[in-house]
Amino acid sequence: MSAFQAAADGLPDREPAIPRASGGLVSKRVVVGYGFWIFLLSDIVMFATFFASYAVLVDNTAGGPSGRDLFNLDNVALETTCLLLSSFTCGLATIGARTYNGLWFYGAMTATFVLGAAFLLIEMHEFAHMVALGAGPSRSGFLSGFFTLVGCHGLHVTVGLLWLLTMMAQVFAKGYRPDILRRMLCFGLFWHTLDIIWVALFTVVYLMGAAR
Amino acid sequence: MLGKLSWSAIPFDQPIPLVTGAVVLVAIIAVLAWITLKGWMPYLWREWITSVDHKRIGIMYMLFAMVMLLRGFADAIMMRSQQAIAFHSEGYLPPEHYDQIFSAHGTIMIFFVAMPFVIGLMNFVMPLQLGIRDVAFPTLNSVSFWLTASGALLVNMSLVVGEFARTGWLPFPPLSEITYSPGVGVDYYLWSLQISGVGTLLTGVNFVTTVLKLQAPGMTYMRMPVFCWTALASSLLIVAAFPVLTATLAMLLLDRYLDFHFFTNEAGGNMMMFMNLIWIWGHPEVYILILPAFGVFSEVVATFSRKPLFGYRSMVLATMAICVLSFMVWLHHFFTMGAGADVNAVFGIASMIIAVPTGVKVFNWLFTMYGGRLVYASPLLWAIGFMITFVIGGMTGVLLAVPPADFVLHNSLFLVAHFHNVIIGGVVFGAFAGYSYWFPKAFGFRLHEGLGKAAFWCWFIGFYVAFVPLYVVGLMGMTRRMQHYDVAEWHPWLLVAAGGAVIILAGIILQIAQLAVSIRDRERLRDDTGDPWDGRSLEWSTQSPPPAFNFAVLPRVEGNDAYWIMKQRARRLGGLSDEPVYSDVEMPRNSATGFVCAFFATFMGFALIWHIWWIVAVAAVGAYATFVVFAWRDRTEYVIPADEVARIDRVNRNVRARVLEQVAS
Repeated sequence: MSAFQAAADGLPDREPAIPRASGGLVSKRVVVGYGFWIFLLSDIVMFATFFASYAVLVDNTAGGPSGRDLFNLDNVALETTCLLLSSFTCGLATIGARTYNGLWFYGAMTATFVLGAAFLLIEMHEFAHMVALGAGPSRSGFLSGFFTLVGCHGLHVTVGLLWLLTMMAQVFAKGYRPDILRRMLCFGLFWHTLDIIWVALFTVVYLMGAAR
Repeated sequence: MLGKLSWSAIPFDQPIPLVTGAVVLVAIIAVLAWITLKGWMPYLWREWITSVDHKRIGIMYMLFAMVMLLRGFADAIMMRSQQAIAFHSEGYLPPEHYDQIFSAHGTIMIFFVAMPFVIGLMNFVMPLQLGIRDVAFPTLNSVSFWLTASGALLVNMSLVVGEFARTGWLPFPPLSEITYSPGVGVDYYLWSLQISGVGTLLTGVNFVTTVLKLQAPGMTYMRMPVFCWTALASSLLIVAAFPVLTATLAMLLLDRYLDFHFFTNEAGGNMMMFMNLIWIWGHPEVYILILPAFGVFSEVVATFSRKPLFGYRSMVLATMAICVLSFMVWLHHFFTMGAGADVNAVFGIASMIIAVPTGVKVFNWLFTMYGGRLVYASPLLWAIGFMITFVIGGMTGVLLAVPPADFVLHNSLFLVAHFHNVIIGGVVFGAFAGYSYWFPKAFGFRLHEGLGKAAFWCWFIGFYVAFVPLYVVGLMGMTRRMQHYDVAEWHPWLLVAAGGAVIILAGIILQIAQLAVSIRDRERLRDDTGDPWDGRSLEWSTQSPPPAFNFAVLPRVEGNDAYWIMKQRARRLGGLSDEPVYSDVEMPRNSATGFVCAFFATFMGFALIWHIWWIVAVAAVGAYATFVVFAWRDRTEYVIPADEVARIDRVNRNVRARVLEQVAS
């Protein structure tokens, strides 16, 4: 408990803090984390726009296949498992970085990468399968909305994987510097947000789509 | 190899864009050559282009906005002259060119004049008012600026390489779909806004974090100057609204590039979804622009009335109310869509409700002036001109918010007159008020007051002469964006409107003259007190121009009008407070990240427009590499030693002490 708690509370900051109104001090870590949260909120608004347009277009199949005809929930369950597990390993990597534990950090980051890549591969396979069936994004408004919403999430995961590798290279080259730990904090927030969006996506697109 | 790009993209047969492009190109080369020959390039690179100082970035934003204002205004005067002569004739602008002009005018004026001007003001003023040394993310700030500039560069490139959109300032489908707009015009529009939109979003994130997380000790929320509140509200709106724009434009891009069916006529597309989405961004956008202007007027009116702002709390409340309400009115832009009487009624009433907090603000300004000792300096003239003009624009807005009236006036010149009434009378007057108010803070000398007042009167009178006729012809049934017409009753009004544009042109020329004369006479106009207007907020407590670190020691804030309180106490005690203990100041180091990143973004945008895929890939790798290089830096800050800080601050303290003696004697 105690080691875990220390990691979760964040180690005492070893960096200069910026004066704050209340007379207290706000550390750079708080400022960076806060700013990144605001950015993530804007990202969520962007996803909300894609969700809304998907909801508007979901019945506009133009005589083509609907979600019920196309979605394979077994695949989706596998994807969800990969992504949720990767969020867990990402959390472990964060703890590894905060406790300067190289084994935990590199191990958990690698696991996160593998799980994220597996998720992407399954998704790309699903997309390729649909396109091969003649159910590509130009088939109907519904499929345009589907490919854009799910594809935007997939694009985020791809960028996340690139960031993950850069992050590992950076820790390897520079060590656990405060600014690098702050980036790790942002990466963790980013990865968990992708999970939250996937949960919404999984529910709204796949579960509701298959039931329709 | 070069995608769709070929020599036919250059409009050799159209003299107007070709000559304009050539003149601009020669001017740019001449300026660059002059700078290089004078040996100023290293200075420019070191002190401005790679600067992450919020003050420098703010000044660059405003300079950029003013240059783009010239471009946007050139479009405006071409439209006015075309409509003045195109009665029973084709005029001098062929339809395909005229359509590009009104599209470019709106796009440039909103995205590359109004937005950078208010963002520039926020950048320069907000950290100074909060009593801090920089924004939360200084390098990100530089990235934002250069991405905005990159977008503008693409729009201007479309003048000579290819064409610009002919779809209006918002590319409504299905007209903007590839079927009906097969050229590169819409692609220029979309990619330049995607690139500059990223910049704007990052600014919003940066400023929200700054206002909410960084303040001088004692600067609680309810002690922040109203300008900081409006900057916060505006930035929150950016964070909430700009992702919608990005997503919507991305959908249109997918339609155009990859044959998706979001907004198409066929295969289950829904073009009215574009209207909804674009206006969910578009309506908050007008409040993103106007709220900081409201903030400027709040500062200006209080300072030049020699009184604290009347109703500070109601002002804050009104600002935040507008911030929330602005998201609930978007449908009033398309009452004629046919959503039904109930929906229209809800959005009509919601639109009218916004007039309530705005009215609260107007009364607060009036009551601040009431009983004040008014000093009619040019910032206050802009503010008073704003109050009169904006109230008229607000009332025509409430009129348009009545759905039955809107069915008559939709897409007429009445609407055009209305939004110019609030944007010129509100945002532009606010920008100029802020420009003349904070100019001495930025450069240490005032602007020439006589030329400034003359420019104000030209703008103020010119506005009415140009736009009241448009209200009239709008009521007579003239729709917007007409290249020619044959209704005799409209013609005299449009001649008058063209005259108004000429009066505004005189105002712009006077402003250029004002800047030139002020720079020439800068020693005579010099203000070494740092507080030329007897100001109330913290930016006036530091030197003009402020040192890189803004404040030698972070100020202690004890109430509203923080600097006014300090001055009062100094007068009471007959001297400044004791010299503080100075310590080293850490400031962020310069970074070329923003400039390099925008360099790649420009190439990427251009290559995407012309389908040159290998450049897209190279530029993407370049942009990524730029960030990796930035992330790999080992030293991110430099230290200004305490001695240096003390030396700079003692100069400031000596000046303040001298002024204090003058006041006392």
